[in-house]
Amino acid sequence: MGSRALWEGEACCTCSSYLKPLEFRPVPLPSGEEGEYVLALKQELRGAMRQLPYFIRPAIPKKDVERYSDKYQTSGPIDSAIDWNPDWRRLPRELKIRVRKLQKERTTILLPKRPPKTTEDKEETIQKLETLEKKEAEVTSEEDEEKEEEEEKEEEEEEEYDEEEHEEETDYIMSYFDNGEDFGGDSDDNMDEAIY
Amino acid sequence: MTQAEIKLCSLLLQEHFGEIVEKIGVHLIRTGSQPLRVIVHDTGTSLDQVKKALCVLIQHNLVMYQVHKRGVVEYEAHCSRVLRMLRYPRYIYTTKALYGDTGELIIEELLLNGKMTMSAVVKKVADRLTETVEDGKTMDYAEVSNTFMQLADTRFVQRCPMVHTPENSDTGPPPPAPNLVINEKDMYLVPKLSLIGKGKRRRSSDEDAAGEPKAKRPKHPTDNKEPIPDDGIYWQANLDRFHQHFRDQAIVSAVANRMDQTSSEIVRAMLRMSEVTTSSDAPFTQPLSSNEIFRSLPVGYNISKQVLDQYLTLLADDPLEFVGKSGDSGGGMYVINFCKALASLATATLESVIQERFGSRCARIFRLVLQKKHLEQKQVEDFAMIPAKEAKDMLYKMLSENFISLQEIPKTPDHAPSRTFYLYTVNILSAARMLLHRCYKSVTNLIERRQFETKENKRLLEKSQRVEAIIASVQATGAEEAQLQEIEEMITAPERQQLETLKRNVNKLDASEIQVDETIFLLESYIESTMKRQ
Repeated sequence: MGSRALWEGEACCTCSSYLKPLEFRPVPLPSGEEGEYVLALKQELRGAMRQLPYFIRPAIPKKDVERYSDKYQTSGPIDSAIDWNPDWRRLPRELKIRVRKLQKERTTILLPKRPPKTTEDKEETIQKLETLEKKEAEVTSEEDEEKEEEEEKEEEEEEEYDEEEHEEETDYIMSYFDNGEDFGGDSDDNMDEAIY
Repeated sequence: MTQAEIKLCSLLLQEHFGEIVEKIGVHLIRTGSQPLRVIVHDTGTSLDQVKKALCVLIQHNLVMYQVHKRGVVEYEAHCSRVLRMLRYPRYIYTTKALYGDTGELIIEELLLNGKMTMSAVVKKVADRLTETVEDGKTMDYAEVSNTFMQLADTRFVQRCPMVHTPENSDTGPPPPAPNLVINEKDMYLVPKLSLIGKGKRRRSSDEDAAGEPKAKRPKHPTDNKEPIPDDGIYWQANLDRFHQHFRDQAIVSAVANRMDQTSSEIVRAMLRMSEVTTSSDAPFTQPLSSNEIFRSLPVGYNISKQVLDQYLTLLADDPLEFVGKSGDSGGGMYVINFCKALASLATATLESVIQERFGSRCARIFRLVLQKKHLEQKQVEDFAMIPAKEAKDMLYKMLSENFISLQEIPKTPDHAPSRTFYLYTVNILSAARMLLHRCYKSVTNLIERRQFETKENKRLLEKSQRVEAIIASVQATGAEEAQLQEIEEMITAPERQQLETLKRNVNKLDASEIQVDETIFLLESYIESTMKRQ
């Protein structure tokens, strides 16, 4: 049993010194449709769990100097908000913390559609202002939650808008604040230029 | 909790929920029940992070809370429940086999989210199923609801305890934590919901968004303004029921291996009949009469009543004692003896391990000692017909690995070795415990090796993911064969080879984990059922 068995017969120069050789080879693993399906399922689940809001990533350590761009760069869930909405009635009161409004997932939209902007401009700007107000709110009270739900619902209808447009108060697009640290490391949407 | 179990829990929590949740979870498993402030102090994590972690753990039924005197709430982790995370793929696959893709996705959503309301599950599953069918078709909520109700009827999903609000709750301050209770008979009661609607596609495809005029948009059936009809009623997957199913499967296949297909079908029919009448930890089923069994055999099987009786007699007389005869009324009353069946399965596992690890002669000695209960060195050599030197060597090998134990019987009060009997004996329970411990260690090693392999090749994996993303986007915007070729060549041949090897190894390690978990299940079931008898 165990991983030791798997390496016998393959070129494993590190193990042979301190592990004694196996007398009997292990029985082959079950293969077949069921085995392969369960295997694929397991790997899929592993990936899926990392994407769910329950996966809490540790805070990125503070940089040396406070920079202006820190205010506008999303550097991870370092603040004290939770990314999903638990049923607070079922939890002890002492655990309650602020619920962060979920940013819509950045799905790689291959053929981005821009619905006609004509009639919706006014409504849009009003919504934008309201949204920005909401983003400044500290602890969500009952009324705020209801309003936010309304906002969310209306925001859902504008799925195709590029998020960066109404992200923060700044006039600059988010990539303006890139300080070159992530160059070459991102695998994001803009794939027009080939990366070498 | 042994160190091996704690280490395994730590790895599982880390893989599924990240380091912060892992730290808090492992701390609670190690130290037992603790209040919030003590956790913050002992782990050195910030209060907010601890709160977040506890919310996640409670949501997934891994941690429970309890209000103690003076309003202090204490949190306790359940190590055994954390270990169940290893078995999630098996639960999901079983549901797929029984209830199709719909059932599979329902259980998957429930396991990934811990607990959900029925309406939320139905909506999400319908959306997911709609993604996979062809354009133009959607999945109806009613179909998903039906499958959900079937799962509730057969008890594969159950309701979570609900918030209990006593009548005089408005006097005095609200309690620090809600009191959660559930009535036995409400556990599988499905609320009357009229869920009407169809699944939505996530991406707006050509037909849906552009075609619909703006006015129709707000009239989506999933209107957030309406209060959710089953608010507060949460469902979770009933793992005990799955375990019952696995146990039944194991028994049926054991009978099929030992005897033949027909007897396994008979046993399967008996198990199916007692599914809902017997509780999951009963030592044996309710007595079933031969007539009843005859009536409930599957339609395709046309064996006569006499043949059935003969099979039942054979099964009851078998030394493995899976089936026992408990009376003569109704043509003979038969029960399935779970205790004995699990013991046989555990013993078979032990024998198989010894055979694969030490050889078939060792296995012969093991079976011999098992059968005869206590044997001296000389007797082992004689009965097993193995030369003395070899027999001694094998016995000592098994002894050192704790499969066999030694019992001393002194002839004189001074326990002189020359005047003491040394008897070899097999204690199944302690051997099973030892093997289970080794299984936990195995899985830990497998996971650690897999993580190591992935980390070693992280740069290469990221590169290949980037290249795939480039290919996908270039293909979507229309590309020629030459361009694609060029992009694919960004990954050199040796790198491709390395990736292949990595993939093969990771697959092997994953498959091994799944395999070891099956053994863990058998051993745990056996140990649990034996402990209950004592």
